[in-house]
Amino acid sequence: MSVLVYTESEQGKFKKVAFEVASYAKAVANQLGTTVTAIAMNVNDTSQLAMYGVDKVLNVTNTQLDNFNAKIYANIIKQAAEKESTKVVIIGSSANSKYLAPLLAVELNAGYASNVIEAPSNISPFTVKRTAFTNKAFEFTQINTDVKIVGVSNNSFGLVESSGSATAEAFSPSLSESGINIESVDKVTGKVSIADAEIVVSAGRGLKGPENWGMIEELASVLGAATACSKPVSDLGWRPHGEHVGQTGKPVAANLYIAIGISGAIQHLAGINASKVKVVINTDSEAPFFKAADYGVIGDAFEVVPRLVEKLKAFKAQQ
Amino acid sequence: MLVISITDKILICFKLLIMKILVCISHVPDTTSKINFSDNNTKFDTNGVQFVINPNDEFGLTRAMWFKEKQGATVTVVNVGGPETEPTLRKALAIGADAAIRVNTVATDGFSVAKQLANVVKDGGYDLVIAGRESIDYNGGMVPGMIAGLTSANFINNCIGLEIEGTSVKAIREIDGGKETLSTSLPLVIGGQKGLVEESDLRIPNMRGIMMARQKALNVLEPIDANAETTSTKFEKPAPKGAIKLVSPDNLDELINLLHNEAKVI
Ligand SMILES: Cc1cc2nc3c(=O)[nH]c(=O)nc-3n(C[C@H](O)[C@H](O)[C@H](O)COP(=O)(O)OP(=O)(O)OC[C@H]3O[C@@H](n4cnc5c(N)ncnc54)[C@H](O)[C@@H]3O)c2cc1C
Repeated sequence: MSVLVYTESEQGKFKKVAFEVASYAKAVANQLGTTVTAIAMNVNDTSQLAMYGVDKVLNVTNTQLDNFNAKIYANIIKQAAEKESTKVVIIGSSANSKYLAPLLAVELNAGYASNVIEAPSNISPFTVKRTAFTNKAFEFTQINTDVKIVGVSNNSFGLVESSGSATAEAFSPSLSESGINIESVDKVTGKVSIADAEIVVSAGRGLKGPENWGMIEELASVLGAATACSKPVSDLGWRPHGEHVGQTGKPVAANLYIAIGISGAIQHLAGINASKVKVVINTDSEAPFFKAADYGVIGDAFEVVPRLVEKLKAFKAQQ
Repeated sequence: MLVISITDKILICFKLLIMKILVCISHVPDTTSKINFSDNNTKFDTNGVQFVINPNDEFGLTRAMWFKEKQGATVTVVNVGGPETEPTLRKALAIGADAAIRVNTVATDGFSVAKQLANVVKDGGYDLVIAGRESIDYNGGMVPGMIAGLTSANFINNCIGLEIEGTSVKAIREIDGGKETLSTSLPLVIGGQKGLVEESDLRIPNMRGIMMARQKALNVLEPIDANAETTSTKFEKPAPKGAIKLVSPDNLDELINLLHNEAKVI
C-alpha cells in the first residue's frame, strides 16, 4: 500500500527534483497513514532519499537503462507499483517524467493529474490542486480510479527534510520491448537547463540582435542561472528554440525570473507566472511586465545589465 | 478499357500504401483570452471567448500537410467535443486536411478523450497520429501518450522533428537542456510542438481553402463508453499581485539587497 515515488537521476546521481517528489510522497503517505517506497534507476548511492522521508528504495541496476526510454521505464514503474500494491504513484514534471506518465497511466489504468502544486487537499475523494490554462488559473482535480498518478510541478512543493532511514532492496524487473532507439543525444553540458534552474535570466526583442547576448550569458553565469528568451527571439533565430519560454514554449517555475527587454505579453506571462519572484528591466515604464513583476528597473538594458553583472560579482565575492 | 482498369488497380494499390495520418485537434481559447469561471467557479466561462486550433496541434497539422504534399498522405483531423467545435475543424480542413471527424461527446478528462481517439485510430487504421504535446487550456499533457498506450503504437513526446521513409521514422525529441535523435517505426503517435515546423510555415486559410472546406466530409461519430478517470471539481484564479517595487538604475545595490534579504532568492 505504500506510496511509490519515481526518483529521477542522471549519470548515477539523483536530480534535485527527486528530493522534491520524495518530500511530496512523504506528505501523501502521512495523509494516508502509510510508507514511501522509491523506485530509482542505476543510482550509485540511494541513502540520501531517507532525508526526505523515503522508507524503502527499489534500485534497479541494468546498463540497458543508462539511457532513458519512456516505455521501458513506465513498465518498470508499473512492476514496482504492483509489487508494492501501490495506490498512489508520485512523479515529477521533467520532460522525461511527462513522457512516461501517460504510458504508465494506461498500464496501471490510473487517472493522472499533471502540474500539481500542493499536497492533496483531500484524500477521499482524492483531490489535488494543479495549474491550468497555462498558469492563468488553478484547477482542483479529483482522481476517481483505484490507482492514482500525481505529477508534481517543479519547484512547487519544495524540499521537506525528515529523519529516518531507508532500506535498499535490489529489484530486477523484466525489460519490455522498447520500439524506439536513441541515435544520438545532443545536450549542452556545463549549463543548467530551464527545467532544472532555480534562476532564469530571460531576454527579449529589446536586446536588438543575437550579438548582444554576451551580457545575458554573463549575468546567467554569475547567478548560476539558465538562459531563456521570448518567442520572437527564437522565431528570428537569435536564440535556439529550446530557450523559448511562455504559453507556446517551455513553462518556467523558477525561484527567480529576470526579464530583460521583454514587454510582458499575455502569452509570455502565462508561461512564466509560476515563478516565485520576477524582476523586469525595461526602458518602457508602460510595458505590461511591470504589472506582473515584484521588482523593476526602468532603464536601458545595455547600461543596467553590465552594471548589474559587476555588482553581482562583487556581491558573490563577499558571500 | 483494360488499360484503364489496370491503372485503377495500381491507383487503388497506391492509395493503400500511402500513409494515413490522423491529426488530433483540440479546440482551445485563443491565447489572449481572459480566463473566467461560472457556476460558482466550477465551469470555464466561454462567454466572449474566441476559440482556435491548439497551437501545438497547428504545428502538427502543418507538418502533416508537408507529408501530404511532398510524400503523399491522407490527412484526417479529429476532435472530441460538441457541435461548437466544428468551426475549428472546418479551419483545419481549410488549411488542407482531407476529412474531419468529430466524436460527439463533451471532452471531460484526458483519459476518456484518449480512449475515444484510440477507438478512432483503431477503426481507421492510421499509421501516424499527430497530437499536440499539451493543450493550452487544461495542460494535461496526457492524450498523445495514452493513445499510444491504448493502441500499442510507438510514442515520441515533445517531438520537434519528424522524417518518415516507408515505415521507418527518424524523429527529434526535445529533452531538458537539449535534444535527442530517435529512430522508430510506424505505427507511431507523437506529441508535437513548435519545431515540427517553424512559425513562418503556419498557414492562414485562403478563400479557396475555405470554400473547399465546405465540401469536405465532417463525419460525426457517436462516442464509445469511456469513464472519466478524473473530474474537475473547482477552479480558482491566482491572487492579485502586490505592487511592484521599483529600483533606480543608479542604485542596483538596492536590487541585490532586496533579492538577497527580502525575497531571499540569491
Ligand atoms: C498564439 C500565440 C502564442 C504566443 N506564445 C508566446 C510564448 O510562448 N512566449 C512568448 O514570449 N511570446 C509568445 N507570443 C508572442 C507575444 O504575443 C509577444 O509578441 C512576445 O512575447 C513579445 O516578445 P518581446 O517581449 O521579446 O518583444 P516586444 O514585445 O517587442 O518587446 C520588447 C521590449 O523590449 C523593451 N526594450 C527595447 N529596448 C530596450 C532596451 N534597450 N533596454 C530594455 N528594454 C528595451 C521594449 O520597451 C519592449 O517592452 C505568442 C503570440 C501568439 C499570437
